[in-house]
Amino acid sequence: MAFLIGDPCVDIKDRTCTSVCPVDCIYEGDRKLYINPAECIDCGACEPVCPVEAIYIEDDVPDELRWAVADNESFFTGVLPGRREPLGETPGGSKATGRIGVDTPYVAALPAAGEVP
Amino acid sequence: MSALTPDTPMKRVAVVGAGPAGLYAAEELVRQDRHRIHVDVLDRLPAPYGLVRYGVAPDHPRIKSITGSLRRILDHPRVRFLGAVALGADVTRQDLLDHYDAVVYAAGAAADRRLEVPGEDLPGSCSATAFVSWYSGHPDAPAPLPLDTERVAVVGAGNVALDLARVLTRPVADLERTDMPEPVLDALRASAVREVVVLARRGPWHARFTPKELRELVGLDGVDLVVDPRQLVPLEGLEPDRTAQTNLRILTEAAQRAPTGAPRRVELRFCARPLRLLGTDRVTGLEIERTTERPGATITGAGERETLTVGAVVRAVGYRGAPLDTVPFDPARGVVPNDKGRVLDADGALCPGEYVTGWLKRGPSGVVGTNKLDSAETVALLLDDLDERRPRRHPDLAGVLDRRGVRPIGLEGWSRIDTAERELGATRGRERTKIADWPTLLRLGKGPHPAREEPEELPWPS
Repeated sequence: MAFLIGDPCVDIKDRTCTSVCPVDCIYEGDRKLYINPAECIDCGACEPVCPVEAIYIEDDVPDELRWAVADNESFFTGVLPGRREPLGETPGGSKATGRIGVDTPYVAALPAAGEVP
Repeated sequence: MSALTPDTPMKRVAVVGAGPAGLYAAEELVRQDRHRIHVDVLDRLPAPYGLVRYGVAPDHPRIKSITGSLRRILDHPRVRFLGAVALGADVTRQDLLDHYDAVVYAAGAAADRRLEVPGEDLPGSCSATAFVSWYSGHPDAPAPLPLDTERVAVVGAGNVALDLARVLTRPVADLERTDMPEPVLDALRASAVREVVVLARRGPWHARFTPKELRELVGLDGVDLVVDPRQLVPLEGLEPDRTAQTNLRILTEAAQRAPTGAPRRVELRFCARPLRLLGTDRVTGLEIERTTERPGATITGAGERETLTVGAVVRAVGYRGAPLDTVPFDPARGVVPNDKGRVLDADGALCPGEYVTGWLKRGPSGVVGTNKLDSAETVALLLDDLDERRPRRHPDLAGVLDRRGVRPIGLEGWSRIDTAERELGATRGRERTKIADWPTLLRLGKGPHPAREEPEELPWPS
């Protein structure tokens, strides 16, 4: 079980969550942030600080955000566009990797706010 | 902002308290390039990590694993750990001001809030702090309660109250894998406790515990969770926040389940406040009163009273800060008065060079990670102020300590304790078993006497 970030984060990326995460397991894509479920320790620091309430613990994800469970995981286990290998677990966490700068194909294809899909 | 050059004078900062708030402050102080800073992190205990070691429940190993990233902060070449050095007893506030360019107080909230009801000091009544410290192997915490009673009341509606209910009821076999000291496990094995009643003054929509902790309690094997569904009807005119809505959903599901006849049970009772603890030479009961609440108003007693037959009462109604030497302190709020982390005196004037972070700054709220942001705020101001202060040459505090016969436990000493605990744990197939007594901690931490050439053979802790 881990926390995950849903689409309210898309094109917002407030990043307060990354500044409270004690294990630096929140990574920055291009349009959205992602929590590495293999590194998240379920401490819950991120959830209340998110100004757009994008963060949920896996158990409490509303139905319309179910997609984000697999999508967040695939950010780390899948091969992201322009990369040869999955990100996997990174020693030193997101502090060491810095901005990743790409998104999962699903998130990359989401319409921008106000745009009609 | 100027980049560091080899000529940049070294500045010294003391951080008092090696818990998350103090260590995150240390990290902020060494990971910036405006000033070259050496940080001494003092702690009155031989071990670092504060409440991660002595507060996070032993059966929450994932949260405990934060020690891995906290250790990396202590490993930084410009961070020095000075364990077993107490502010007040071994060094004074003035010593720190004389030896450092700035001091950050991060000593947390070592005391607790009281119920303020008669009978609170009877044997069989204790604070959650005392109980949590005991099962966490804190060297200052003897067993606070005899567990020879079938029913225990826990007063409070936060995660600590749920931690207590869980530790008191879950099968001891589940706790065998944790780092609890052996005498604690022995006491829990011998415990007569069959039921824990958790009392909350307000309704479930105001409970402070998190859905994660609640769900863990609901799902516990060998424990029935009991809650009266009539207590779960939200207050009219009140819009519960997201956490409260989730809690209510979990509680409603739990209330609909039939008891399984599990050997132990936890009852959650909302809208009930303690009036007095009964008993002459120890706790035999707790008189409670139902409360009513209106949105935006304080709770009031509803007049309806009841006596719970309990042999022990643990109050889990909040931690509070304790005064540090002569550092300004606000007894009403239990914090060091401050402006975003800059310490203020009783008249509200700035105390130059003194800062505060963590629970001692904002009060006991938030989780481990909350302190990262809090310490970043404090340290940003400290760095601004350092720009204005003339560099001073300070003698090393270690010299003062040495003259006073105080031998701090450094990182090497802590590593010896750490290794001994892992080895002790390995003898029983655990990752770690905590060492909870001062003499062994000090012997391991201070290590072989420097005058001896051969490393001393350290006996197993008893």
